[in-house]
Amino acid sequence: MNLPFVACVALLAAGSAMPAYADARDDAKSQVDFGINVAQRGLWREAIYRWEKAVELDPKYAEAYNDLAVAYEHEGQLDKARGAYDKALALEPNNAQIRQNYDLFKEINDRAGAKEKSDRP
Amino acid sequence: MTALAPKRNQIGRRFASLAIAGVSGLVVVACGPSYFEIPIETPIQAKLDVSAFQRVLIAGFVAGGSDDVDANQETVRLLRSQLRTKSSLKVIDADVMALVEIAQDQNKVATAADDAAAHDNSGAPSASTTNSSSTNATADSSQPAPLPAKIKDEKDIEPYGRLFANTAYWKKIGEEYQNPLIVTGTVLFMPNSTSGFVNREIEQFDNLGRRTVASERVYQEKKGFVLKPRFVFIDGNTGATLYSESYSEEVLYPMQTNTPALSSYFELMDRLVPNFLSALSSQKIKGTRILLK
Repeated sequence: MNLPFVACVALLAAGSAMPAYADARDDAKSQVDFGINVAQRGLWREAIYRWEKAVELDPKYAEAYNDLAVAYEHEGQLDKARGAYDKALALEPNNAQIRQNYDLFKEINDRAGAKEKSDRP
Repeated sequence: MTALAPKRNQIGRRFASLAIAGVSGLVVVACGPSYFEIPIETPIQAKLDVSAFQRVLIAGFVAGGSDDVDANQETVRLLRSQLRTKSSLKVIDADVMALVEIAQDQNKVATAADDAAAHDNSGAPSASTTNSSSTNATADSSQPAPLPAKIKDEKDIEPYGRLFANTAYWKKIGEEYQNPLIVTGTVLFMPNSTSGFVNREIEQFDNLGRRTVASERVYQEKKGFVLKPRFVFIDGNTGATLYSESYSEEVLYPMQTNTPALSSYFELMDRLVPNFLSALSSQKIKGTRILLK
């Protein structure tokens, strides 16, 4: 098998996969946009539903995980928030905005978690 | 004809740059910003279930470390006022208990009782002479360690912890105040100082007035205070400890700053009060986060 032929096949395969990926990201993006819209109106549960859908559609969408983490925080679901932040940061470790959100979350989570760390008799 | 060509090019370039600006403007408007700041309120559950109590007694604290602040009085006063406004529990107004003296009295009684028991044991005829020395050794080791009259550091305050395990005593206090939730503990407020090299930025201007910032390492001495409280929550019905938590906060100022000890104490307590309150009541913590597209 000659090399140019293999390269062409690989390129074609990648090219055909791209639209599927782009579709998933587009669908996820519209869920994220809708989620932001409703969150700004205080409808956090609806926002969670949208962002959960977004990460289901595109599990590599760091921004969607970030938004989901913020919503979980607002709802007091701190374990879920930590999980979502962890995923967002694993996907985009250098994203300063996600990092900032996470640092603020950690402060609150540590305060809430003092229960476990306390010297309970 | 040749004179018109450069003019046409110029118009073309202007048109092109206008078009680019317009298109990029349209893109920004169409896409909008990629992030949004949003206020959130995070609810935090109370660490302690206080539904069994209607009243709370901030009894007093074993305090020490600095003579400049009466940490027992100030802590009781501050926590009472905080609980009055931020908790559904009724705060009992009572005299602040001098727990250092109470602990020392209890210790004296315990020591005297142990001495008497040891004396009785040594006076009584022993059935087995072989294990008499080991019995004495056990009696000696179980004797409570003396409590330092002046509390200067953590080592001094540690033996006072026995007081909070005295369920009979706290049950008696509970009965006196109709079985409230009792809040007590230890508060260590000590002067603190540190020194070392720090990086300092120095602003410089050259002959043309241009500003540059250079960094230099300078030796700096700082002084301040450290606050180490331990809050103990006791069930007034049984005298048993329900929950306890310890914190540590410090503040340091440049050597030339003269900050009164009391204002440092309040500055440090301000940081800890939300933690204390979150043990007793659910709270909502306000903040801002960034939503991303």
